[in-house]
Amino acid sequence: MLQNIRDGSRLTVRLSGELDHYCAQRTRRELDALIADPGVRTLVLDFSNLQFMDSSGIGVILGRYRTMRDRGGSVAVIHMNRHIERIFHMSGMDRIIRQLDRSQEAADA
Amino acid sequence: MTQRNEMETTFLSLAENESFARVVIAAFAVQLSPTMSEIADIKTAVSEAVTNAIVHGYEGSCGQVTMRAVIEGATLTVVVEDKGKGIRDVSQAMEPFFTTHPEQERSGMGFSVMQTFMDALHVESQPGSGTRVTMRKKITGGLA
Repeated sequence: MLQNIRDGSRLTVRLSGELDHYCAQRTRRELDALIADPGVRTLVLDFSNLQFMDSSGIGVILGRYRTMRDRGGSVAVIHMNRHIERIFHMSGMDRIIRQLDRSQEAADA
Repeated sequence: MTQRNEMETTFLSLAENESFARVVIAAFAVQLSPTMSEIADIKTAVSEAVTNAIVHGYEGSCGQVTMRAVIEGATLTVVVEDKGKGIRDVSQAMEPFFTTHPEQERSGMGFSVMQTFMDALHVESQPGSGTRVTMRKKITGGLA
């Protein structure tokens, strides 16, 4: 189960392990269960414990972005390592998803 | 440093084997003393090629995926090959964001990732008989 912290309408989920095509389906299911609550307006994905991600992870993030956008909410990401950040930028997701820095971690995202 | 070395492994097109292929290629590439970043690049590119073989080549049916790797001097060449359905239009498939499976949330970034993380990428495919992806990377070990 994914670790998560709820703070008002903001839900922070810490991804862990590896996010490839094999793990994507389970991660997708768990994230969707967590954001099924319409009270969640901001989903923050915390990458600090994620050891690997390929383009399957882009699909997972993009899918959750669409769900949140459709309810007027948003998705933000935090603690991406350089490698994951490169894939994130390459896919153009940095244009639609905010990347928080450490100082914004606890702030109202 | 090893002048020339080769390895080959064949596995079933099961999604569980994506991480297996990453671990194998990383273990093989270690003899070139790559940086952490170079290892991450190679693992990611291999993960994309193997995922393509499983998702697109065999479309969930079971077949064999072969991964071959060759070290020549400081250059690593990786070939990922399947005997699946092949790609009708390779240049279209290689366009960023092109996907035949948007409903599965496939990002269409696989070939772009391989291209970015490796020095060279070559894709050969024959509809009905399979796809062969060849990738090359010079390992600097941080000396470049």
